[in-house]
Amino acid sequence: MSRVRFALAFLRNTWRGLTSMRTALVLLFLLAMAALPGALIPQRSLNPPQVDKYFKDYPDLAPLMDKVGLFEVFSSVWFASIYVLLFISLIGCLLPRCFEYYKQLRGRPVRTPKNLARMPHHAEATVDGTPDEVLARARRRLRGWRKEERTDDEGRRSISAERGYLREAGNLVFHFALVGLLVGMAGGKLYGYEGQVIVLADGSQFCNSGTYNYDSFRAGLSVDGTKLSPFCVRVNDFHATYQHNGQASSYRVGMDYQSGEDLATNSWKPYELQVNHPLRTAGDRVYLTGNGYAPKFTVTWPDGQQRTSVVQWQPMDPTTMLSQGATKFDQPGVTDEVQRRKTQLAVTGLFAPTAGYDGAIMGSQFPDLLDPAAAVDVMRGDLGLDSGRGQSIFGVDQKMVASGRLQRVARENIKVGQEIRLDDGTRIHFDGVERWANLQISHDPFQDYVLAAAIAVIFGIGTSLSIKRRRFWVRVAEHPDSGEGGSARTVVEVGGLARTDQAGYGEEFTRLAKDLLGTDGSESESPEAESARGRKS
Amino acid sequence: MGVNQTLSTYSDMAFATSVVIYIAAMLLYFAEFAYGGRKQAQRARSAELVGAGAPVTPAASEGGVGRVEEPQKRPLSERFGGMAVAMTVLGILVHGGSLLFRGVAVGRAPWGNMYEFGSAICLAAVIAFTIVLFRQMRAERRDAAPAQLRGLGGFVLLPVVVLLFLSGTVLYAKAAPLQPALQSYWIVIHVTAAIISSGAFMFAGVASILYLLRAWHENDPRKLARFAPRLPSGEALDRMAYRATVIIFPVWTFAIVAGAIWAEAAWGRFWGWDPKETCSFIAWVVYAAYLHARATAGWRGMRAAWINIAGLAVMIFNLFFINIVVSGLHSYAGL
Repeated sequence: MSRVRFALAFLRNTWRGLTSMRTALVLLFLLAMAALPGALIPQRSLNPPQVDKYFKDYPDLAPLMDKVGLFEVFSSVWFASIYVLLFISLIGCLLPRCFEYYKQLRGRPVRTPKNLARMPHHAEATVDGTPDEVLARARRRLRGWRKEERTDDEGRRSISAERGYLREAGNLVFHFALVGLLVGMAGGKLYGYEGQVIVLADGSQFCNSGTYNYDSFRAGLSVDGTKLSPFCVRVNDFHATYQHNGQASSYRVGMDYQSGEDLATNSWKPYELQVNHPLRTAGDRVYLTGNGYAPKFTVTWPDGQQRTSVVQWQPMDPTTMLSQGATKFDQPGVTDEVQRRKTQLAVTGLFAPTAGYDGAIMGSQFPDLLDPAAAVDVMRGDLGLDSGRGQSIFGVDQKMVASGRLQRVARENIKVGQEIRLDDGTRIHFDGVERWANLQISHDPFQDYVLAAAIAVIFGIGTSLSIKRRRFWVRVAEHPDSGEGGSARTVVEVGGLARTDQAGYGEEFTRLAKDLLGTDGSESESPEAESARGRKS
Repeated sequence: MGVNQTLSTYSDMAFATSVVIYIAAMLLYFAEFAYGGRKQAQRARSAELVGAGAPVTPAASEGGVGRVEEPQKRPLSERFGGMAVAMTVLGILVHGGSLLFRGVAVGRAPWGNMYEFGSAICLAAVIAFTIVLFRQMRAERRDAAPAQLRGLGGFVLLPVVVLLFLSGTVLYAKAAPLQPALQSYWIVIHVTAAIISSGAFMFAGVASILYLLRAWHENDPRKLARFAPRLPSGEALDRMAYRATVIIFPVWTFAIVAGAIWAEAAWGRFWGWDPKETCSFIAWVVYAAYLHARATAGWRGMRAAWINIAGLAVMIFNLFFINIVVSGLHSYAGL
């Protein structure tokens, strides 16, 4: 029995501790501290090459850091536990406050204090009119306030008024909207997906029919790759304009897309895709996130057979668009596996849209396609495509080079229209250059909820911080001399109390007092009240 | 889109002029602060004793009003103060002109790189201080003597001048069109909100630092005995910092949300823990902690002020370190 009671007490104390403001403060600090490494240490989700570099630079430290999740801070257990605790604490704090607020909304303003002179704001004066008239005037003046007229034990009549109830409402909306924001973001992590794909700007198509169409794909926790939103895009052309210093000033992709009924009828709608102007269709968004060049080579073998290939090369420097890559060929008509592995070709090296030379070393001077040239090694032999190992489309397998199964047979700088002749008579012709666009396809069904929650957060906090909860009291009593001279006189006493620690109620109180008393209320403040105002208002 | 070189040159000249004016204003503020002398401090202290811890309102009892009506010349230090305020206003006009010329020269919002951003933040901070100064001149709002308030001026302008100097030298960028990712009307919405909040937080942070100095003195009058009494009362400083934060916190929230909306269109996701996003989030959390601390027994006063200063530290870190050292999507410094 005592053990049960002990456990209950423990739970109750834990709950009280967790929902106290002090704990919330500590958790807020922890959250801020925990997020800090996410900004300082390279994160795998943002910049994997930087993470690799970190591993190279600190080979002893990095694996340890990796173990505690410092490279994936925002998906780490400790980060999640902090914000989950914070939100539990938040909800535990909010629910009682909701009941409290509900009671306050139904309740009546508090009774007028016996001694109004003790209030932080206070004023008193004698005015013309009967107490009834004065109270009626006060009621009119206090429009928009929640009011209650009372007569106390001693027969004194007064109005107690309170205003600014929306402050607490705004505060509650703000905190609940934060919870909504978290839920919405979690929903996006569950049901969203994001993929990247490079599409040549020569009329090539991409269809969102399966994850295999993507170059890389990041699925939400409950996305299995089926049931992607059906739509297709066709990239027709790509235009970039640059300033003279090589900085891009605009990117434009001319494309067509089809979704919904258009898929059945195979009709296309045109769209101009730009940075900041994603295509929104079928519940997905299509972004332009990158671009580059794809040199086009035609290989003519001694037997007269030809193969043409356009493959994207990877930009190494965004300001000059110097690109590297490898365009790979199989000799047509070779069916023998062994023979095939001796005759595969790769044109690999550098591509410059505007070539400049330092001796024989080619570099790029400008990102636009002004004077395209390539500095290439032609490799012949076994590309290792059958080895079962995955390889980059931007380079050749260096293991094959190291083992001598892939050998360099030519090294030349060539311009568009020129060709390289190999020792066996094979000719490699540099036909021209295509451009490609890197498209990102994103899907997040909860995005709109998150936006709605974020807007509620802003309005909630704005309301909560700009509205002041304050009380105002008016007490009237017939003046002792009243009635003798024929005109009624009334002693009016007003008092005020701000229930939040913000300055500013003083001015409103002064105005109210002025209107009701006909004098400037602030002048009759007692020293006692003034010192209290310093603390309270 | 071409760049109007003439206007751009005018902008640079106006920028340099505004820095000189701010330096002059700062020196004048400090001159008043330093030579305002013991008399002023003593007056302030006696007013405080009368008020028994209340906000200092010497205007009603003695000091301010009487001083103005005195036929004799105002003390030199006070004239320094008046000149400093005039210089501040002139500085704001020239500084604003610099940004305006830059904006017209490039045909876009003039905060597309670190230089322009830093310059705009400084303008926001100076304007925030000037608003407080002029608001407090109305007697019913006053909770510090005008001379004491002006005493803040030098301490607000000091970081402003430093930041402007850094912006104009290390971070300077020639007038140029924006890169594609920045070509959006959201730059006006998101960056303006960020600038205004940064400027106001800067003012609030300075007020909190001075509050701490003043509070040390109030707890132990032997500490900073010559310096602190010239500042506004601890309570007035604390309230200034709090009110500035309360007004600007929703704006900062809005700046982050607007940034997220823009990121959704420009970068393909509304939130991706980019270093700048992360750091803005941290600053938001710290300022939220400040607001909570103000409502927690035992955390008001000095502890809350420390949190506010921590918030400012995160904002400064976010401005310099994240933009310049850490590579992320917000790396528009052009360095």
